[in-house]
Amino acid sequence: MSKKSKKISVDSLNVSAAQKAFVRKYLLKKRRIRIYQIIILVSFIAFWELGTYFGIVDPFIFSSPSRVIKTIVEMAMDGMLFYHIGITLIETLISFALVNLIGLAVAIILWWNDSISKVLEPYLIVLNSLPKSALAPVFIVWLGNNMKTIIIAAISVAVFGSIITMYSDFKAVEEDKIKLIYTLGGNKKDVLFKVVLPANIPSMISLMKVNIGLSLVGVIIGEFLAAKAGLGYLIIYGSQVFKLNWVIMSIVILCFIATGLYKLLSYFEKKYSR
Amino acid sequence: MSEFLKIDHLSFTYHSLEGETPALLDVSFSVNEGEFLCVVGPSGCGKSTLLSLIAGLLTPSSGSIYINGKDIKSSGKNIGYMLQKDHLLDWRNTLKNVALGLEIQNKLTESSYIQINEMLNTYGLITFKNSYPSELSGGMRQRAALIRTLLLEPDILLLDEPFSALDYQTRLEVADDIWSIIRKERKTAIMITHDISEAISMSDRLVVLSKRPGTVKKIFDIKLSVENRTPFTARSAPEFKDYFNSIWKELDSNEQKK
Repeated sequence: MSKKSKKISVDSLNVSAAQKAFVRKYLLKKRRIRIYQIIILVSFIAFWELGTYFGIVDPFIFSSPSRVIKTIVEMAMDGMLFYHIGITLIETLISFALVNLIGLAVAIILWWNDSISKVLEPYLIVLNSLPKSALAPVFIVWLGNNMKTIIIAAISVAVFGSIITMYSDFKAVEEDKIKLIYTLGGNKKDVLFKVVLPANIPSMISLMKVNIGLSLVGVIIGEFLAAKAGLGYLIIYGSQVFKLNWVIMSIVILCFIATGLYKLLSYFEKKYSR
Repeated sequence: MSEFLKIDHLSFTYHSLEGETPALLDVSFSVNEGEFLCVVGPSGCGKSTLLSLIAGLLTPSSGSIYINGKDIKSSGKNIGYMLQKDHLLDWRNTLKNVALGLEIQNKLTESSYIQINEMLNTYGLITFKNSYPSELSGGMRQRAALIRTLLLEPDILLLDEPFSALDYQTRLEVADDIWSIIRKERKTAIMITHDISEAISMSDRLVVLSKRPGTVKKIFDIKLSVENRTPFTARSAPEFKDYFNSIWKELDSNEQKK
């Protein structure tokens, strides 16, 4: 169970020459992969910058790395940047928390009562396959042009898939493990708390990794349509007034936010699985 | 010895949309206190169904099961059940795994930890009490599963092919282990298996079931002339071969009749 990430080195004691050669080859390959990754990133940025510098692409509609950095610095100075990032982050985290809570609660109800799950099955399938962005305008009409709408829109993106996945994971728990609880004199509540939930913690964490991304997608869709702040608002507003520096900057920041949130969950995942 | 568990004209039928499947038909036998009884039969003859019925996980279609003369449902007797695999929970260490039954029945107190530690000590698991199941050998896992069952102080132990998931060598060792633990704790036990040698080596009495729907074909009293009988020494008893042949014939004859 314990996966200790050992530092691999060639100088470990008592290894044969062949083993050393193998490890050296492995490290070399790993380094080569990293070098290629850096080359792609650096050349992409360089071509972009040089392209705009020599007028091959129009910096007015393509922006450029230096302009993006300049915009970031400017907006960071007057604090607007952190305001927009903060709004998007808060909306995403609230939606993420609600998606997981609602998903878990509904999945437990469906697992507990077979009839309810059978009755609701077709509705869940329809709602899950529906493109949720189609619902967003409806939410605006119902709930108004505010943060509530954005959060509901984001929840609607992730929650149905979350329920379906969690429910089928619950159902997949080994039949004999459930029998074990009954042979030990337990009831359905014991099956839930001693077997079904603990057995599914790893799958719940990987589901969370999916949900954090979907929540962000939902929040950005919501901000496109109904927002006065946030990175999604910056993207839409920037594209309408041809401030492409804002648009590209927001996209770059979203890349970092998405990766950061994912890494954060990966960290918890590793920590949990010891 | 007194008649402890009595199975009286027991039948059970499974229902599904494809139709009904009779699993057990008019099964009667009894088990004496402290006795080790084995049930052998071809696969799919309703052996596991029989244990589920005794454990009260299923309700008989007809017939009854009595413990000490009282119907099993109202007897208030504790029944311990060991499943085919140990089913230790991966996310609990040995201590918490063996305590699972007590925890579920809300019987886990300070003093039960003394008892748990004693048992882990007696059966060689004390140094592994903080280990997780993946760090235990097959035999240790099976012993932990038995301790988990024994801690509930069952009046009767049901074992459902408890060794079938182990490789042959471990299987012989664990059979010896589990058998001596059960003897030491003076428990009445019913074990089902499809391994004839294993059944003879462990049992005082042996019930042969027919193919589905399972009925009692024959009951053997196993008397082996060996000193210090354990499942392992039993295998070298002179009578062992004869029992094996007559049980084999019983099983074989009902193969042909189908």
